[in-house]
Amino acid sequence: MSAIPANLAVEVAPIAVSRGYWATVFRRTLRDKVTVVCALILLALVVIAIFAPWIAPADPLATSMLKRLAKVGSEGHLLGTDELGRDLLSRLIYGGRLSLFIGILPVVNAFIIGTALGVTAGFAGGPVNTAIMRTMDVFFAFPSVLLAIAISGVLGAGLFNSIVSLTIVFIPPITRVAESVTTQVRNLDYVDAARASGANALTIVRVHVLGNVLGPVFIYATSLMSVCMILASGLSFLGLGTKPPAAEWGLMLNTLRTAIYTNPLVAALPGVMIFVTSICFNLMSDGLRQAMDIKQ
Amino acid sequence: MLLYLLRRIFYVIPIALAVSAVCFSLVFLAPGDPLSAVLPPDATTELINKLKADYGFDQPLPVQFGRWVTRALHGDLGTSIATGRPVNSEIGRAIVNTFMLAMCACGIGFFFGLLFGIVAGYFQGRWLDKLMTSIAVTGVSMPHYWLGMVLVIIFSVLLDWLPAMGAGASGSDDWMWDWEHMKYLVLPAVTLSFIPMGIVTRTVRAIVAEILNQEFVQALYAKGMSAFGVFRHVVKNAAPTALAVMGIQLGYLLGGSILVETVFAWPGTGFLLNTAIFQRDLPLLQGTILFLALFFVLLNLIVDVAQGLFDPRIKR
Repeated sequence: MSAIPANLAVEVAPIAVSRGYWATVFRRTLRDKVTVVCALILLALVVIAIFAPWIAPADPLATSMLKRLAKVGSEGHLLGTDELGRDLLSRLIYGGRLSLFIGILPVVNAFIIGTALGVTAGFAGGPVNTAIMRTMDVFFAFPSVLLAIAISGVLGAGLFNSIVSLTIVFIPPITRVAESVTTQVRNLDYVDAARASGANALTIVRVHVLGNVLGPVFIYATSLMSVCMILASGLSFLGLGTKPPAAEWGLMLNTLRTAIYTNPLVAALPGVMIFVTSICFNLMSDGLRQAMDIKQ
Repeated sequence: MLLYLLRRIFYVIPIALAVSAVCFSLVFLAPGDPLSAVLPPDATTELINKLKADYGFDQPLPVQFGRWVTRALHGDLGTSIATGRPVNSEIGRAIVNTFMLAMCACGIGFFFGLLFGIVAGYFQGRWLDKLMTSIAVTGVSMPHYWLGMVLVIIFSVLLDWLPAMGAGASGSDDWMWDWEHMKYLVLPAVTLSFIPMGIVTRTVRAIVAEILNQEFVQALYAKGMSAFGVFRHVVKNAAPTALAVMGIQLGYLLGGSILVETVFAWPGTGFLLNTAIFQRDLPLLQGTILFLALFFVLLNLIVDVAQGLFDPRIKR
């Protein structure tokens, strides 16, 4: 029997570090340059909108009859002026406040209400499911643009009314996604196991169902934000959203429509902002969906 | 299969009734009395009561709804407050124009959508795929009312090639398929085609990519089938989903062309809706929305039935 040498090297397998699901998703998202750039642009737009009074070079509501429809790059007005001589750059900066607000808030509202309805319908099943989902079917019978315009048109113009109408438009699709995921999760073995071990419905929903449902519904909701930006500004464009003289991209596009013959570049600028925001939401949503699809 | 079709067709009846109920209740969402638009401000109580009785507003709600539906079933959607003409004749004139616009937009959009989608699906991950998907995401993210303005700026203001708005010198009443009339259709149709183009590209790319990754495709290649032969199999497998998406898109364009119709002053249902909203012409608003929504319900039914007939895998 020889003594164990003191300097014996022992091979130890490195401890496998297993990251959590969300940490993995986050790392995968960071590797996707397009998604990161889009998220940064959106963040920048939000920051600019919040700090608009400190960033904007001029008062967005100060009119000037002498300097109407100044060209892009004219002195004192980097992006020109609108049909009432208001500084366009300042109005675009301030416009982000309302435009992002009415582009995001309805989806957030619909996310909360739709997830609650969808999880309830999916988890309860039976007559509750039928009642909720058949009601949603009625709203699916309207093309979304038509429904938004019908409700806004009847309620009348205004910020609050357009948020209400857009929230109603986005509840049914979110409910449908939440319901279908919940129904799938509800029948899984581990939910049965949890129920068998005495967990009550609320615990099962909170721990097992929401954990699985929130991810897909969240991704779906981010893709809806792009639609909501376009629709919300579209309502203002029709004169059904915010009222003048407020700075809002869709409304600016509407009032500048008369200027397409005299100053086309200025007239088209507010639309660029809507387009950039909308495409960033879309690309970010695509990137997140890919990052969450781990099995690739 | 037959049972499924019958069930699906019968299911339309409660949906159509519910849709009518939503349209009917729109009037009561509106702030103020529905009659305030027609009554002079100094109307006597006698006159108000007489008008209420004339319009049936003195009856209980379910009775009003029943009457309204019965009349709608007979093709009577009431009288427009603004023009005094029957609502259904107003819709009849406008729907033709909207239908023409939507069909042209769908033709353009579906053609490019299918082309881009199939190319992108076949060239997954390569630059051609990236180009096509970029075009598609641009199409779905584009505020189309803005695209309409930009196209007007380029082709009407700067180049002066195409008219900026309207549907021809004498309106849409004597429409003919010649260049004199069709040039009015080009810009709105192209504008409206961007959304279906983007959505169809994205859908078709996803299905084609999924089908090409399945084992049966490799088996077909392995047994020596030509690329075109395999393509036929891909088309057969992709067709039901693609057709369903395209059907729904046509419905969306018919109901959602209001923004583009407003930009181009195109005399369709969207333009009619816009007028109805701003003149607070509730019968016209109600009738137009009901008509478009019921058409959408019907289109959904056709899509579902067609999908059930085309795709033997669907057994419900």
